[in-house]
This record gives sequence, C-alpha cells and structure tokens, in this order.
Amino acid sequence: MHPAPSVIIFTSFSGLGFGLLLFLGLGFPPVTGWVAFVFYAIAYALAVGGLLASTFHLGNPQRALKAFTQWKTSWLSREAWLSVMALLVMAVYAFCAVFLDTRLTAIGWIGAALSLLTVYSTSMIYGQLRTVPRWNQPLTPVHLLTLSIAGGALLAGQMTAAAALLALAAAVQVAHWQVGDSALKESGTNLATATGLGTPGNIRAFEPPHTGTNYLLKEFVHVVGRKHSRKLRMIALTLCYGLPVVLLIIPGAGHLLGLLAVLSHVAGLVTSRWLFFAEAEHVVGLYYGKRSA
Amino acid sequence: MTELPASTQKKLGLVIDLDTCVGCHACVISCKGWNTENYGAPLSDTDAYGADPSGTFLNRVHSYEITPAEGPAQLVHFPKSCLHCEDAPCVTVCPTGASYKRQEDGIVLVNETACIGCGLCAWACPYGARELDALEGVMKKCTLCVDRIYNENLPEEDRQPACVRTCPAGARHFGDLGDPDSDVSKLVAERGGMDLMPEQGTKPVNKYLPPRPKQDRAEEFDILAPFLEPVAEDPKGFLGWLDKALERL
Repeated sequence: MHPAPSVIIFTSFSGLGFGLLLFLGLGFPPVTGWVAFVFYAIAYALAVGGLLASTFHLGNPQRALKAFTQWKTSWLSREAWLSVMALLVMAVYAFCAVFLDTRLTAIGWIGAALSLLTVYSTSMIYGQLRTVPRWNQPLTPVHLLTLSIAGGALLAGQMTAAAALLALAAAVQVAHWQVGDSALKESGTNLATATGLGTPGNIRAFEPPHTGTNYLLKEFVHVVGRKHSRKLRMIALTLCYGLPVVLLIIPGAGHLLGLLAVLSHVAGLVTSRWLFFAEAEHVVGLYYGKRSA
Repeated sequence: MTELPASTQKKLGLVIDLDTCVGCHACVISCKGWNTENYGAPLSDTDAYGADPSGTFLNRVHSYEITPAEGPAQLVHFPKSCLHCEDAPCVTVCPTGASYKRQEDGIVLVNETACIGCGLCAWACPYGARELDALEGVMKKCTLCVDRIYNENLPEEDRQPACVRTCPAGARHFGDLGDPDSDVSKLVAERGGMDLMPEQGTKPVNKYLPPRPKQDRAEEFDILAPFLEPVAEDPKGFLGWLDKALERL
C-alpha cells in the first residue's frame, strides 16, 4: 500500500492522543488545574491533529460530515462517531478537572472506554480488509491497541506501566510481522485464482493494460525492498520500544530522560507505521505481476 | 445505503470469453468514451501528452502468458472491470452511503455527490475495479452502462453496455445471470464459466469463460510436411566437407 504521510501521521498521532486520554480518563495521573490543562492540551492536539490530518487524503473533504451516516456497516463511519464521542465526553471531564478542580470518575471511565474503542475502530478499518492479507489478521487490532496504550502510558508519565506495556507491544509487533510475512501466501489468493487461468508457476503477467502508471499501481502496489524492510524493522523496534524501555527503567529517571523516551518512541512509531503501510501487499498487485507469492 | 440487499430481483452482469478476446482494447476505449461523455464525472487524464501520462479507466485489459506442463504456450487477453459482486465488500466499507448495490438489478454504483473520496472502497476491492479520479476526487467504477441499458432514446441494439456493443470479436456478453434460462447463464453453464478470486468471498456476478484447450499443432498432418523436413542433419559429400571446413575455422 502507498504509505501516504497523511494517513501515517493520522494513525500514529491520534493513536497516541487517544492512548493518553485513556490514562487521563482513568485518573493516571490524577491531575487537576493547570497541570491537567497541559496534559489535555497535548492529548487533544495529538488526537484532533491526527483526525484533521486524515481529512487531507480525502478527494472531497467538504462532504466529510456524511461519513457519520453508515455506522451500521462501515468501520470508518464508526470511527468517526466513536472519536467525536470520546473527544466530547473527555472534554467534559477535562473541563471539570482543569477549571473546577473536580474529577468526575464515572465520566472519566466512559471517556477512557470510548478512547479505547476509537483506536479499535481505526484498527478494524485495516483489519477488516481481506484484500490485504497482512492486515487481515486478529493481531492487527491487538498491535494498534497495545501501541496506543503503551504510548499513552508513556505520555501520561506512568513509568513502570509504560515500560511493561512497551515490552508487551514490542512482542505483539514482532508477532504481527511474523504472521504478516506469510499472510499473502496463506490467504490462498494468487495469480492463478485471480485470473482462473493456469496454476501457480505456469502463469505470468505478460503485459500490463497500459504503458503508463495508474491509480491502482500508485495506491496499492508499493514495493519495499526486503533488505530495507529488515533494517527499518530493527530501527522501529529500537526506537519505538527498546530505547524508551531502557530510559524508563533507569533509576530516578527525570523529565529529561522521559522526554527523550517520548521522542524516541514517536520516531520509532512513525517508522513502524510507515512499514505497516509500505509492506502491506494488496492482492490487486497480482494482476500486475507485482507479487511474488 | 451501504447495507447490501438480501437478494436482488436480477443479477445483471457480463460474461467475458477469454477464448475469443483478441486483446484489441476496443472495449477500453468505448468505455472511456461513453463514460466520459455521459453519466457522472468525466474520466480524467493527467499529463496525457506528457512524460508521465495517467488516467482513470473503468475497464482495463491485461495479458497473461500460460505455459502448461503439456501442450503449447498460450497468450490470454484478460479484460477486467467491476464484477458487480453479490457480496460486494466495497459497498459495506463506505462511510457515507455513496456506494450502493441496487436491489432491482444488482448493479453496484457510486452516488458521486455523496462520495468524499476516502478511497476505502478501492482498498476493499480485490479486483482493482475502482479508481479514484485524480481531478474530481470521487470514486469511479463500471456502471454496467446503466445510462444505456434502460435508455429508450437509444435504438434497441444499443441498449447494452458500451464495451459489449463495441467488441468486434463477440467476446463480451451482457444479461441477467440470476435467470438460469438467460443466454448468458446458458453460456456460463455450457463453457464452465468461472469466478475470479472465489476465496475472497465476494461472489462476483460477472463470469469468465476459460480458453478452450488448444490442440498441439505439431502433431497435425500437413500434406506439405515432407517438403518442410529439415535439411540433411548428417551431411555427406561436398556438404559434409563444407560443414567440417567451417567448423575448423
């Protein structure tokens, strides 16, 4: 899949933002007043900024409100509803915490649950697609959820929890790559089933429909070199999970090391998310002879 | 809306004969022409005369080379457009309700005034049947020429999809695949019509007729064959001397 910057930024930052809202809603840390204001400002900047970035890849963003209509079938529509509900509920909670010095526990729990559901709905937009076998696995929502929760814990300053959650998210990340690498082959879709002709190995794409490129090739047939993907995976593992964990378990780690851990995590997160899209093989690539499986 | 109808009264679709298609791309051109001049946003081209031409097409013809274990190799031309699936994944993922499947005839359409151009339907389609128009920012797809097939302003013979009407080889057939007695259904039954990517669970309406098995031409008798025998493989006399002399060089 084409790794569009708008979608990478959207999923990475909104995931972090809703992860932070989850912890704030649960009362970790139990902040009020101006400290709370700073926390909520960061959470809303990430979550709302991410959602706004997602509208940049729309062909006709002026009609975006229509995306609220099809929640019965569409995960994208559900995401629209859940994100707005999470942001509104948490806004009530944040307002009371910042200006009235009161934490409405029940509202916070509802907001936290909605934040988590928002991330789940985002993950299902990808996880539901049978056309992209690498995404169409139960670990896709687990991967995006664990990342969001771990990132949220890190931003919320929950050092011990963040270290443990990052380690868990790292394990899920590796498992997602492992399962994903053989997913296209195991999906049973290949050029022979795509065309109904021949058997795998004796059919070959002879020529594409046009000499030029097209929307399908640009959007779905991004091929990333195996060598580079291995290197990028190591970079993502180190920056997103490894280094932050090390920085967090240093005894007496202060704000400076915490900030370093966050910066490293964000850089690694964006790398991981770039790979999430760039490595995903859409089966339409088979018609163009662009998939080896 | 984006809930699929439980069943449709008709299952209008295409039957494409891979045995007959000659790969002339006439269907591609007539499709582009009709759908640029008629219903919906025109199918745009970008940099059409420049170094990197690209454009929106609703129908594209691929070509595949098949080398079976036995028998001669074959080149198969493979036209591909929307298959108007019964279980269309492109419809259910649409957040705005712009994508829908018609209850009366099963045609999958896009309401362009409701399309936000998010592209998710194209992601959900395994066949690459949907293309986001680069200029209009809305999703384009085969309409089965819905503005021709019911159009009483056209002569009756023109009331079929532009690709079918134009095909010079008669490789494309249009009809109701939900009616077992229709010409297209009979053709599918007779020729072993098949689904593309059945494992994706989309239940496509359009069917493809496989190429008929080719005879091995080398085994056929030809009265000119004796005259076409290879020249002496073990030359003697002057030719033998020439052969050896040339090899020594």
